[in-house]
This record gives sequence, C-alpha cells and structure tokens, in this order.
Amino acid sequence: MRKKCLNMVYELARENESICFIGSDLGFRTLEEFQRDMPGRFFMEGISEANVVGMAAGLALDGRVVYANTIATFFTRRALDQIVIDLCQHKVRVRLIGNGGGLVYAPLGSTHLAIEDIALMRCLPNMTVVCPCDEKEMERFMPQSVDWPGPIYIRLAKGFDPVVSREDLAFAIGRGIPFREGGDALIVTTGVTLQQALAAAQELEAEGLAAGILHLPTVKPLDVEMLLDLSARARIVVTVEEHTLMGGLGGAVAEAFADNGLPRRLVRLGIPDIFPDFYGTQLEVMGRLGIDARGIREAVIRNLD
Amino acid sequence: MKSMRDCAKIWHEQAMNAVLDERSLGLRREAVRVLECAERGHVGASLSLVEILRVLYDHILRYDPKRPDWPGRDRCILSKGHGCVPLYVMLAEKGFFPAEELSRFCRHGGLLGGHPDATKVPGIEASTGSLGHGLSVGLGMAVSARMDNRDSRVFVILGDGECNEGSVWEACMSAGVKGQDNLSLVVDYNKYQSYDATCRVLDLEPLADKFVSFGWAVQEVNGHDVGALREVFSRVPLEPGRPSAFICHTVKGKGVACAENNLEWHHKSRISCEQAQDLYRALA
Repeated sequence: MRKKCLNMVYELARENESICFIGSDLGFRTLEEFQRDMPGRFFMEGISEANVVGMAAGLALDGRVVYANTIATFFTRRALDQIVIDLCQHKVRVRLIGNGGGLVYAPLGSTHLAIEDIALMRCLPNMTVVCPCDEKEMERFMPQSVDWPGPIYIRLAKGFDPVVSREDLAFAIGRGIPFREGGDALIVTTGVTLQQALAAAQELEAEGLAAGILHLPTVKPLDVEMLLDLSARARIVVTVEEHTLMGGLGGAVAEAFADNGLPRRLVRLGIPDIFPDFYGTQLEVMGRLGIDARGIREAVIRNLD
Repeated sequence: MKSMRDCAKIWHEQAMNAVLDERSLGLRREAVRVLECAERGHVGASLSLVEILRVLYDHILRYDPKRPDWPGRDRCILSKGHGCVPLYVMLAEKGFFPAEELSRFCRHGGLLGGHPDATKVPGIEASTGSLGHGLSVGLGMAVSARMDNRDSRVFVILGDGECNEGSVWEACMSAGVKGQDNLSLVVDYNKYQSYDATCRVLDLEPLADKFVSFGWAVQEVNGHDVGALREVFSRVPLEPGRPSAFICHTVKGKGVACAENNLEWHHKSRISCEQAQDLYRALA
C-alpha cells in the first residue's frame, strides 16, 4: 500500500506541476524516480519533522499541493503543533502520508505504534482523515486527494494486505462503502479491519447469522447519514479499529449515535487504554486484543445473546 | 549571576543609546494606544520591534495593500507572533485594513487578536504565536518562489527567546544546506525573554557563530538605528548562495524608560489608565 501510494504521488506529480513531495529520512531509494524526473519538486529534509511540516505549509500557502511522508507517529505526535497551526489553521493542501498506521510496527514497540493517530488528527478543525484498506482503494483515493480542500492525514497499512476493496463500489472522500448486507449485526470498519470483518462475516454466515459491513475509509468527515441509515436496520453495531478506543472510529460512531438519538447496542472493538507493547506481528497483537476475525465473530455472538 | 557577554553588551549599549525620531515615537504611541484599548498585550516585545518593522515596510518589502495576495510580493512572517501590535499598526497605516480595527484589538468579534492570524488579517502571511514555526513556513515560501523563478524574498522575524526552540535550528540547517538566499531571518535580540535575561535562561551566545556554522551569512546591527537597518536589509542576500541572518540588537521596551529591560513589562494583562499615561508621556 505504501509503495502504491508513493507511486501514485509520482504519477500525479507528472501530470500536475503544483505537486511537491517532502520526505524526512525515508528508506534507501524511496521514490528515486520522482527525484530523477522532477528534482525541483522533491525534498528529503532529514529527521526534522517539525521543519518538514512547516516547510510543507509554506509551499502550500504559495498554492502548491504537498505530499509529505514519514512514519505516522513522527507526524502525529512529534509535529502535532505544526500540524494544528501550520496545516489546519491555514487549511492548506498538505497530505501527510503516515507509514505504519495502527499496529504495523508491532515488533518495534510503543515508540512506533500509531494507535492514537486517528484521535489526534480527527479532533483538528479542517483535517480530513483517510484510512484505505488496500492498495486498490489507495489507487481510487489518491487522485481525489489532489484538489480536496485542506490537509489530509493518510493512514497507511503494512503493505501486501489482501485486496478486498471492489471497483464496483465507488470510492469518494467522506463517503461510506456498504460491503455486505445483513440485519443481525452491522460491522463498521476502517483501514485493514475490513479484511478481518469480511472473514468474520463469512464465519457468522455459516453459523446462520447475517452480518452487514459498512467500511468507512474516511473517518473524518464521517458519513453519518449512511452510518445511521444502516445502523438503524441492524440489531447491533460493532466497530472495529486498530486504534485506541478513545477518540477513533468507535468514538466517532458513538458520537453520531448520541448526537442523533439512535438507540442501538454499540460494541466497540479496539485497543484498550494501554501501551500494547507485546511485540510479535501486527496480526498477533490484533488477535490478542480481539480486533481480528475471531474477535469480531465472538463479539457479535456474545452481544446478540 | 550570569551576565551578558561582552560582545552582546557593547551592542546592547548602542541599542540603549539609539535616539528615536518622531516617526518611531509616533508608531510607539499608536502601539501603546492599541495596547491601552485592549488593556493588555506584550508591551516590551512590541516596543523592541518597531524600527525593524518600520524599515522593512517603509523601504525594503515589495507589496501591494490593495492586492495582499499578489504573487510577486515579498513575504514577511512575524514568527514571534506576540509582537503583533506594531505589525498591526504598520499594516493599518499601509492600508491593508481599516485603522479602526486597531481599537478593537483582542475584543470579541474583532479582526485583530493577540497573535497574528493569516486567515483573517490581510497582510499577515502566516499564523504565528506558538514559537518556532515561522522559519520553516518561510523556508517553504522561499523554496516555492525559487521553483517559479519569482524574485520574491522572504523575511522571517524571530524573537531571541524563540531561538530556544529546536525547530528553529531544523529550519536553519535546511536553509543553510539549500543555500536559500532569498530567505532572511531577522532576530529581534532584545536580550530578555519571559522569565529572565536570555543569557541567564538559555544563553544564545555565540549567536552569530551559530548561524555561520549553519551556513548562513550573518550581519549584526543596531536594531533601533533606522539608517543602519535600511542599509543592511537592502543588501539581501548578504552573500549569494547563502540565507541571510540579521541579528538586530534591540532593547525590550525601547523608548519608555520604565519599561526598558524590565521584565514586568513583557506581558501585561491589565494596563491601567495611569500606566498608559506614563507610557504616552515617555513617548511624547
């Protein structure tokens, strides 16, 4: 997904001279074709996230569209003040591409886990938060990112995630994508929890339970209309996110229910208020925390009783 | 107690001795009037900035108040956003917005807040207030101008206390490596920050050497000497292929004896009528 995203930046930049790229200290040969073909619009600024974000704002205040890339937490935590003031307050077209959203860096420990990034970005005025589920969804999203007003936080998954998104289900920033119908439970996902939800829904179907899936690749602005519409038709709603339970997808859904008076049983699956520094793989930690297919299935069955 | 290093002390004495002409006194009176309207504000940090802003807006910067977004303009960012009052005075005088707005400084529903907001105020290039942001934003603007082969220049005004921020040095390193000679940094080196003298909080010296080692061309100047400021600013870039750093030696509270070098006047959240009258008398 990361490679696809960066390749898309290159492709888009070839067609649009206002597009620039800034990296911090990315991997060897990252986007070397961009540097080769458009050296004047390619910047590798070093391990200086505050300067990366500020400089991106300066370029964007001058009318450019800037894609900036580093590890997710180094944007959302290290450069938060720059994101708030330089990007959000100015409402500039800077797209922060955050590597390793969620538990991708599980083996590296808590310094690298981006498990509060959605909450931090979601509460900032003018910020848009997009978490694609696979490289095909990324491909559909990226062209729309160019002209979208204001900054965007793009949460990347690990890469080589199974492709489950569908061409026939159109992608639009701010719009939910209904993947499955089913009246017993509505599973609400963002990012790669869609893959887990699809597997869980299949297992549930084999057990005679119909679980629908609403995928929300855009966590902000949230497609409240579609969420409420589908939620009203399900007995329970289960949100699944690779993120702390505070302020992320589940929080956003709970807010929408509360604000609109929807009396629906809501179960939120995510990371509790801990540093989940268990190491191992992303999937192992997700399994341990119950945010995988098995955890979703069990949560649905438990809460339908 | 640690005191100012000799090199800085000599400059500071010169800045103390600088005589203010009628225009400088008038700009300060107007700044005091604005502060008095709001009954609050950063007095000392505003008064040290007056000549820097006056020279930039009277003689150096290219801009069109009728077209604040004219692409060919020079950009000026007040990174020490708490010194916004004299900037507002200057922008109003030049016609960026009606002067009546000055009377509503910090008032509910007014245009002008206690820190500059680029989304509201014509002529403000970047919102500032949280220190250490302006130089990176200015660097981005300077890079952008170069990409378009525009001869726009960018000036970023920093406080001396602001130079404590690590992000300032991230931007300094980047601009130095790039040889960004359409970018200028202006330090309002008034020798005091909120808590105490900069030499006692986190000494910046040797400041000029720091910028030189980061690849900048450096010029020190008496920040209240209008002629000297005009002369050095008009030499931008100081050296082709290097960004320019102007270390402007100033006096916090300059022009009002009771406020000069007086930390009581860094920020006032209640400026009484009597205090305002004292300020006017000193600036008469």
